[in-house]
Amino acid sequence: MSRFSKSVLVCALLSASVSAFAFDNYLGVGREAKPAEVKAWDIDVRPDFKGLPKGSGNVERGQDLFEEKCASCHGSFGESNEVFTPLIGGTTAEDIKNGRVGGFVKGDIPQRTTFTKVATISTIFDYIQRAMPWTSPKSLAPDDVYAILAYFLNLAEIVPGDFTLTDKNIGEVQAKMPNRNGMTTNHGMWSGPSAKKGGIGNGGIPDVKNIACMTNCKPEVLIGSTLPEYARTAHGELADQNRSFGPVRGTRTLGPEAAKKAAELGTLELANKSGCMACHGVKNKIVGPGYNEVAARYKDQPDAESRLIAKVKAGGQGMWGSMPMPPNGHVKDEEMKTLVKWILSGTK
Amino acid sequence: MVEKLKQPGRLGLAPENFLSEEQIKEIAEGRRDFLRKSFLAASAAMVAPVIARASDGDPDILNLPPWTTTLGQPVATNPYGLPSKFESQLLRRESPGLTRVGGSSVSFCPLQGLFGIITPSGLHFERHHQGWHDVDPARHRLMINGSDPQFLKKPKVYTMDEIMRLPSVSRIHFIECGANTGLEWGNVAVPTVQYTHGMLSCSEFTGVPLKLLLEDCGVDYKKARYILAEGADGSSMTRTIPMEMVENGEVFVAYGMNGEMLRPENGYPLRLVVPGVQGVSWVKWLRRIEVGDQPYATKDEAVHYIDLQPNGLHRQYTSIQECKSVITTPSGGQTLLSQGFYNISGLAWSGRGKIKRVDVSFDGGINWQKARIEGPVQNKALTRFNINWVWDGKPAILQSRAVDETGYVQPAYGQLRKVRGTKSIYHNNAIQSWKVVESGEVSNVQVL
Repeated sequence: MSRFSKSVLVCALLSASVSAFAFDNYLGVGREAKPAEVKAWDIDVRPDFKGLPKGSGNVERGQDLFEEKCASCHGSFGESNEVFTPLIGGTTAEDIKNGRVGGFVKGDIPQRTTFTKVATISTIFDYIQRAMPWTSPKSLAPDDVYAILAYFLNLAEIVPGDFTLTDKNIGEVQAKMPNRNGMTTNHGMWSGPSAKKGGIGNGGIPDVKNIACMTNCKPEVLIGSTLPEYARTAHGELADQNRSFGPVRGTRTLGPEAAKKAAELGTLELANKSGCMACHGVKNKIVGPGYNEVAARYKDQPDAESRLIAKVKAGGQGMWGSMPMPPNGHVKDEEMKTLVKWILSGTK
Repeated sequence: MVEKLKQPGRLGLAPENFLSEEQIKEIAEGRRDFLRKSFLAASAAMVAPVIARASDGDPDILNLPPWTTTLGQPVATNPYGLPSKFESQLLRRESPGLTRVGGSSVSFCPLQGLFGIITPSGLHFERHHQGWHDVDPARHRLMINGSDPQFLKKPKVYTMDEIMRLPSVSRIHFIECGANTGLEWGNVAVPTVQYTHGMLSCSEFTGVPLKLLLEDCGVDYKKARYILAEGADGSSMTRTIPMEMVENGEVFVAYGMNGEMLRPENGYPLRLVVPGVQGVSWVKWLRRIEVGDQPYATKDEAVHYIDLQPNGLHRQYTSIQECKSVITTPSGGQTLLSQGFYNISGLAWSGRGKIKRVDVSFDGGINWQKARIEGPVQNKALTRFNINWVWDGKPAILQSRAVDETGYVQPAYGQLRKVRGTKSIYHNNAIQSWKVVESGEVSNVQVL
């Protein structure tokens, strides 16, 4: 063996021992995160309150903040089912005492609100802080989050109306969460080690057992449920949701006339859902112009569609008077196109 | 003229007097009717002897179509290729009434028309928690830190440039939403396989094993037994994942999907791939990994994605997508064209490993036959199965039942409900049944 290959061998051995540490191995890739960078992004709050920022907020301030920033989607009392499922309701004083929501135990819960389900108060703090309000996430200061959470806790009758929630007393509130004992990890669907080995669950043992029988497996076929008639047509024209050739065709569920009608109804519904009809009538002015007026103004303009789409998206003021139209970034491009086409066609 | 045209490589001049001045004017004015008429007249003159005798055979054979008799379009007409205009029916679709807000909704993959195991990227199902963004890759960062400084020697930040310099893997895996088939827990609710099973897709993902990155940061595996993955979107979605799945090399941060970069709706430029685990854990627009010593009870593992059981308890941290299968051709909302031979085709998958076997029944589960497993059988990936069937025009109930390499057999509705009730929302992996009636119409039914 030459000297050269010996040195290669030494190098190889060296690099093998280095890779055992695997630290600083990928030279020039990545850099150390600065403390301020970690602070900016590491916002999670765990059930043991690790990561919880210091701060406080009372019920009264929370109510004001909630009314201003949250109620349009959640309803003033967290009851709304219009946009999002309700936050509050379905829990009792008994539940607060037991830490189990009775409605789940008895199976008669009217609606699964956030407070009926969540076991850990940290979850709600973490989520409001990271993701709310819907259209401007991460805009709430820690004191705002404390205040809003205090308001929730009061609505759920966990704390009194003069309560101030702080990083010091949040642990005591945890001990009153109505469903705090309502979770189990004793199942086979955790993808890590079992509770016995310091993890979660039973180590992946399934709870349901079937046998791969091949012949005469049962005396008869029991049908539990068939497709209800309304569900057959609720998803539109199925013929148009399948390839027009091949071994099968989509079943014609609506027929051409009904499909056209459904599409029209669909657009009106879309306009409703997108919030347009609050300010515009199909044939009348409300706050903004009626769609008949809009269609008339843009008539015979070849670029009407793209111009109107841009207008609706960005919002504006002046063309129809002093009342401004808010920007409508929440409407999907495809839906916007459908709506604008519908308006320009005279809502036909 | 004719002689010249025959010379290879020579371009002939257009016959200048082919159109009259008047005709040119008409074209300029956008009136082309005369062209159509004259074309029809010309083709009628050419093929008249054939058309006159339709009984000689199929007009689509006897009358040569325009694509056989005219010049096609040049290369790069579509610099990014698109499906044929005849394929406009197969789209991602929403289920009406499922959610109120598009930014926090689902679009279902049209499984009823797809082949093989790879989902076309443009048809991959979508689930967003607070809308999607087209994230600028030059400004995207991945941060890795510890919930405690002891868990990681050095918290680090990586750019996309840096991540894409690292050794990569490419693997095919299915991704299924934990709520797939969730609408059907209590009873039949939706008509087609797109809505019963369409929160399911399968792609080849390319990226860097998370193990490599964590070790580059000097992770202490003894102390850090969990990771938290976090997205860069408004919801900054978070989920807890066991360190075992990282250590065994399965979990990776992916930038590639089916040979190109991820689509924005699927997490461009970086998402987590957690094979066999429900889609919510495959955090999109991945911005941060934290290593820690306990689970995090995030909103999507403490308020949602928890499975209500008959005793009133919610199962928390349910993650594995258990073995499941569905027949896609024929399936609900389709109609068989006639009696005779059909290749019955479907998909099988398991979050616990490879598919070992798929059985198909035509009589609602009394008798079963072994289906052919076609193509590659891969770990935690969709697997295509087929079986021959001659439909005699009589009513039938088609079912498929998958078995995975652990020996687990996909359960029937009755068996699943006996243990988990009907209010679980998540993780419905029951055997799907499609009823065929005399008219050939196929519809969704549940066999207990």
